[in-house]
Amino acid sequence: MSNSNGNSKNRMHGLWALTNRELKKWYKAPAVFILTLIQPVIWLGLLGNALNLSSLIPNNIPGINPNDVLKMTFGTSSYISFMAVGMMAFTALFTTMFSGMSVVWDRRLGFLNKVLSTPVSRAVIILSKVFSAALRSMFQAGIILLIAIPLGFQVGLAFTPLSILGVFAFLFLICVGLSSLFIAINIRSTRIETPMAVMNLLNLPLTFASSAFFPIDKMPDWLRAVAYANPLSYTINGMRQLLINDTINYSDLAFQYAYVGIFAAVLTTIGIILSWRYLNK
Amino acid sequence: MSEDVIKVEGLTKIFNHELKAVDHVNFIVKQGEIFGFLGPNGAGKTTTINMLITIMKPTEGKASILGCDIANQSNEVRSSIGLVPQEYTSDDDLTGYENILLCADLYGIPRETSKKRASELLQLVELTEFKDKKVQTYSGGMRRRLELASGLINRPKVLFLDEPTLGLDVQTRAATWNYIKTLKKEYGMTLFMTTHYLEEADSLCDRIAIIDHGKIIVVGTPTELKDSLGGDIITLSIEKDVDITDLIKGIVHVKEVKKDNGSYMIKSESGEVTAPLIIEALRKANHVVTRLSLTKPTLNEVYLQFTGKSMRDAADESRDSAMTKRMIAMGRRTH
Repeated sequence: MSNSNGNSKNRMHGLWALTNRELKKWYKAPAVFILTLIQPVIWLGLLGNALNLSSLIPNNIPGINPNDVLKMTFGTSSYISFMAVGMMAFTALFTTMFSGMSVVWDRRLGFLNKVLSTPVSRAVIILSKVFSAALRSMFQAGIILLIAIPLGFQVGLAFTPLSILGVFAFLFLICVGLSSLFIAINIRSTRIETPMAVMNLLNLPLTFASSAFFPIDKMPDWLRAVAYANPLSYTINGMRQLLINDTINYSDLAFQYAYVGIFAAVLTTIGIILSWRYLNK
Repeated sequence: MSEDVIKVEGLTKIFNHELKAVDHVNFIVKQGEIFGFLGPNGAGKTTTINMLITIMKPTEGKASILGCDIANQSNEVRSSIGLVPQEYTSDDDLTGYENILLCADLYGIPRETSKKRASELLQLVELTEFKDKKVQTYSGGMRRRLELASGLINRPKVLFLDEPTLGLDVQTRAATWNYIKTLKKEYGMTLFMTTHYLEEADSLCDRIAIIDHGKIIVVGTPTELKDSLGGDIITLSIEKDVDITDLIKGIVHVKEVKKDNGSYMIKSESGEVTAPLIIEALRKANHVVTRLSLTKPTLNEVYLQFTGKSMRDAADESRDSAMTKRMIAMGRRTH
């Protein structure tokens, strides 16, 4: 197990230490931590509550029940519930984008060189970033869910406590995939401007070309095509099935898990391969 | 056991197919010595270190540490070395203690062992009192000491120090040297360091390699290097304008006399002995000495001798060329 220095030969050692470092940087800095809590509140209040789509449908047209209209469009009569789930995925996207930035910071500050000179596996360096981003997003998404309840969040008829586990499984997979993607994009970069530019470029298209705010089948054809390829859509639709829909289509759910799972597996593999190739100069 | 801890043969690094940062470098570092790489900024010191600590692949040549090849056995190399990098790599948001334990975890050292070692090391660098304070409250000197302690957490057999006192004031620099000496005495490892401070190389290193433009110009102990200049230099002027060269040449230890603009440059193996003898001899011959100075050769003179420029000029030159490059780049962008 150990050599003369008392050093372990386990290939995965250091994974928790590096993940924990990232997490500590977050929860030990009160300002950052509070901001990450406030952010979802603002999003939910602003987009879910202030821009309440259900108020657009007049409730005095005879023969039309606004709740039925909403249910047909969004799968639930409460728009805030629809939005809250979209918001959870949006938070995942937002948080994972910063993992690309943290690679660049570590490179600039010399921390990466220091870690590279230790026997830690190169894959572990990437995986620690991926896992810490996933854990942070899952925490934030949980907060969103909690905040959404007093704002009028309603679970669907198909909801069971087990659904919560299913939702976090979705979040974990999408976060692993997305943060691997952003790390892979920035792995060679030494300039902090690069991840910023990437974030600005991808943030809004990825969000709006998904089912986060608007149902895919009501989108124009060209946007629908993009939204169908977007793994965020599958995450959001899957989470909606589990949380707010009245019935669950299990074959759809299986496909949604498979799609997001394959996305995560492929991108993590790419991330690890790139780390072997490019973390060293 | 092999005496040669680091063995480097023809090590070369070329960036972008044109910039030769390190050019066919050869040297050997022996067990237990402090080996210094001295050279101006941009001479190739950090690039050499980066190759030796296995984070940069050499373009050509090979090197081994404790018999392990840096390219093929990088994991073996990594677990037997420690690094004190040029930058402050400790995490600002974590405490000193957390930072040092993090380093221990990177080597997979079990917690009981690492806690014991961390306390011991923090004691040695006198940070025990501050170990639970966040690193952002530390001064530059304290951060350096924390880096030193972190670099030793895996009990490395070879410790690499990249510009260990860069950016520190003179006092803190001297204090840091003392910590380095203490740690070296305590753990008895081999040290490889880079520096562009001549005093640092002189006071810390057992042997020095002077590197410039990616090439090693000369290797030796500080004394050897200084002696290679031919000893101390006495500069002297007398009242009357007569040639006293022959008179001085006869005095003990004098190796060379040069007359230059009314003053004499005398090289001597031992300046302290020669100087009074010269004054004595001149007085007897009725000459009045108006000025006399004695200079012990420093590494700066050594540097001057071997590279043809002083250390300061070299630094300025590299800054100038960087500036020129930047201006060219800017020019391109605007046109």
